[in-house]
Amino acid sequence: MAEKAKEEGNALVKKLLSNNLTWSVLAFILLVIVCTIFQHDFLALSWNDNTGGLAGPLITMLQESARYLMIATGMTLVISTAGIDLSVGSVMAVAGAAAMQTLSHGTNVWVSILIALAVGLAIGCINGALVSLLGLQPFITTLIMMLAGRGMAKVITSGQNTDASAVAGNEPLKWLANGFILGIPANFVIALVIVILVGLLCRKTAMGMMIEAVGINQEASRMTGIKPRKILFLVYAISGFLAAIAGLFATASVMRVDVVKTGQDLEMYAILAVVIGGTSLLGGKFSLAGSAVGAVIIAMIRKTIITLGINAEATPAFFAIVVIVICVMQAPKIHNLGAEMKRKRALKAQAKAVAA
Amino acid sequence: MTDKTPIVVMKGITIEFPGVKALDGVDLTLYPGEVHALMGENGAGKSTMIKALTGVYKINAGTILVDGKPQQFNGTLDAQNAGIATVYQEVNLCTNLSVGENVMLGHEKRGPFGIDWKKTHEAAKTYLAQMGLEAIDPHTPLSSISIAMQQLVAIARAMVINAKVLILDEPTSSLDANEVQDLFKIMRKVRDSGVAILFVSHFLDQIYEITDRLTILRNGKFIKEVMTKDTPRDELIGMMIGKSAAELSQIGAKKARREIKSGEKPIVDVKGLGKKGTINPVDLDIYSGEVVGFAGLLGSGRTELGRLLFGADKPDSGTYELNGKQVNISDPYTALKNKIAYSTENRRDEGIIGDLTVRQNMLIALQATRGMFKPIPKKEADAIVDKYMKELNVRPADPDRPIKNLSGGNQQKVLIGRWLATHPELLILDEPTRGIDIGAKAEIQQVVLDLAAKGMGVVFISSELEEVVRLSDDIEVLKDRHKIAEIENDDTVSQATIVETIANTNVNTGKEA
Repeated sequence: MAEKAKEEGNALVKKLLSNNLTWSVLAFILLVIVCTIFQHDFLALSWNDNTGGLAGPLITMLQESARYLMIATGMTLVISTAGIDLSVGSVMAVAGAAAMQTLSHGTNVWVSILIALAVGLAIGCINGALVSLLGLQPFITTLIMMLAGRGMAKVITSGQNTDASAVAGNEPLKWLANGFILGIPANFVIALVIVILVGLLCRKTAMGMMIEAVGINQEASRMTGIKPRKILFLVYAISGFLAAIAGLFATASVMRVDVVKTGQDLEMYAILAVVIGGTSLLGGKFSLAGSAVGAVIIAMIRKTIITLGINAEATPAFFAIVVIVICVMQAPKIHNLGAEMKRKRALKAQAKAVAA
Repeated sequence: MTDKTPIVVMKGITIEFPGVKALDGVDLTLYPGEVHALMGENGAGKSTMIKALTGVYKINAGTILVDGKPQQFNGTLDAQNAGIATVYQEVNLCTNLSVGENVMLGHEKRGPFGIDWKKTHEAAKTYLAQMGLEAIDPHTPLSSISIAMQQLVAIARAMVINAKVLILDEPTSSLDANEVQDLFKIMRKVRDSGVAILFVSHFLDQIYEITDRLTILRNGKFIKEVMTKDTPRDELIGMMIGKSAAELSQIGAKKARREIKSGEKPIVDVKGLGKKGTINPVDLDIYSGEVVGFAGLLGSGRTELGRLLFGADKPDSGTYELNGKQVNISDPYTALKNKIAYSTENRRDEGIIGDLTVRQNMLIALQATRGMFKPIPKKEADAIVDKYMKELNVRPADPDRPIKNLSGGNQQKVLIGRWLATHPELLILDEPTRGIDIGAKAEIQQVVLDLAAKGMGVVFISSELEEVVRLSDDIEVLKDRHKIAEIENDDTVSQATIVETIANTNVNTGKEA
């Protein structure tokens, strides 16, 4: 009996060890521990009566993670079709610019939000059309859109970093970035709800399976009656739309768009989040939960950089090292290291026995 | 022969995948200068055994001795270094390089300024000449020679690395008779030079022609090792599928011809259906309960016609009537909506969706016809999967396994289940029995007959005339992208009738030459 229980326990441990999510969560906990060592009250939470929500380092981390959650979710679906969307960072800037510019010219805040979302969706649709209808390579298509997007953002604001913080009636947008729902950052809650909705859409309908099918074998998918073009168009459109939400989160926190820095490098963060989450860049099976954890880890790494006081020059290197360590921890080869060594020893013994 | 020292001794090989023993204590002994065949049904463990020997899979138990030394292969490179070379079913060469570059890859001749390409190509030429392939210029791009030739080049490559063991996994499945003979000529040369050849083929004639020794596997277990010349065919087949010869002979009967009543309307009636450069305009009608065979050589247009009927390619001429109604079948979705299904000959590239489960693979076409946002209710899905797993005898009977882990024959069964789940009125089966063993073949042939008996129209495309003749009511004969004849398949018709028709008909006039 005890033996059987032990065996089952071993199997469970093995399963956990081979799961990407386990390692992601472990990495997250490690980062929290490191931060707590450097800043003893890192985990401390307090109630802020002014904002009506919790306050503390973890809370600001969650606030920042909202934008990563959005772009990582879109990126997951795109990568699952064996594509990539390099334009999400630029789309964030365009959407943010559209919102700030219209707002500062007296547009109703809700209309501004809708305009920003529509702009993101439109860029996503253009990406989708180029990839699906014309068959252009996703990398090139979205790379061009990444460059063009920056330009678009500058055109929208005439090159200014438009500030809408003083505009009357901008409260809903401010709340979106800085408000709280039941004490938890509103943008994080909204992002989480959207991730769950996308997840339900994928798994409760056949959308997820069809996206994966197209990513695994496009021609075979077509032969089953799936329309791969439709699927490709859809994922880029979703990615653009979610990037626009991320753009709102990013710009609303300061009510100002920085046409150069808003969303800068964030396409890379999104890709890293997806990879940490266990979705292969070759396409196929995807995990939204994994990407979501990946997105939070990205935010946590950034928080760690600030907490540890790493100077600006060294941050990219630190960032890279942490990501590589996580990827190494997830690699199946590392998991099999122990068994591998055992096998090699057995082989040597066998060779000796034969020689003797 | 028995006094020879074996070059490879595999003993008690066991390989486990999660939940299943793919191999259970299998032995295999290869002798230099012999052609040895691994025999068994799909799922018997032939491919797994080869993958154990080539280092693709790690073995869970058992020993591998090469030249008397124990080996533990941690990858294909280890196996190659031990002198084991493989030519796979799908040739694994670089089509963008030249023949010579492929032959010498990794063994290029070096000069003072890096690789000496001239010498390298000369060396390649010698290697090719050793195998009687003087005719191939090593400078020609690999992509410009036929698949059969590419296979021979792959063998030449194996000789460059000084292989002691050459594994040929289904090298003949896409070759015609002459190409097979060329291959055998070279296999004999290689064998006589003292190399041990491990050969896998589903064609019994070829097995008896070329092999010396057989190892028979069934369901991952070792059954017997025998000398080919001492083993009658029925005995061999019996060992492979675990059935007696008498049981087997029943499959051999010819289908009773279905008579079309006067005034009966066909399901499908196409006139002048064609596509430039693919297939010339064809007239064709298919009735309910009828099996229509497409016969013809590779490249005759038999697959192309099947694809046009399904809309996998867009026709550019002709009319298409379904149950008397004019339709425009422009893509697979429209075809499936109109109850036409097509099972591809190219299982790997156009059939299975490898990382998805058996269950998902079975349901995906039905799901696609219903639409993305109308998921099949779980109860209905379970019932469908359960039904076809049982009816088609899919092994292992676990629908939650990725389909890529199944053997070829079982993948084929899952795909047939996929199309049946859409309840087609017309089912087009393109080479449904290619590359699968006798047992699964017989099962699939029986499925075809059962479906026709239930009133489905079936198009049966196969390069094996024997099964076309046995299963079809009508046979459409194709040659050089033309339909050249429609043969009513009665008792007077045999394989010879079709061969003669192909040989004697002039494509342009449709008359006997």
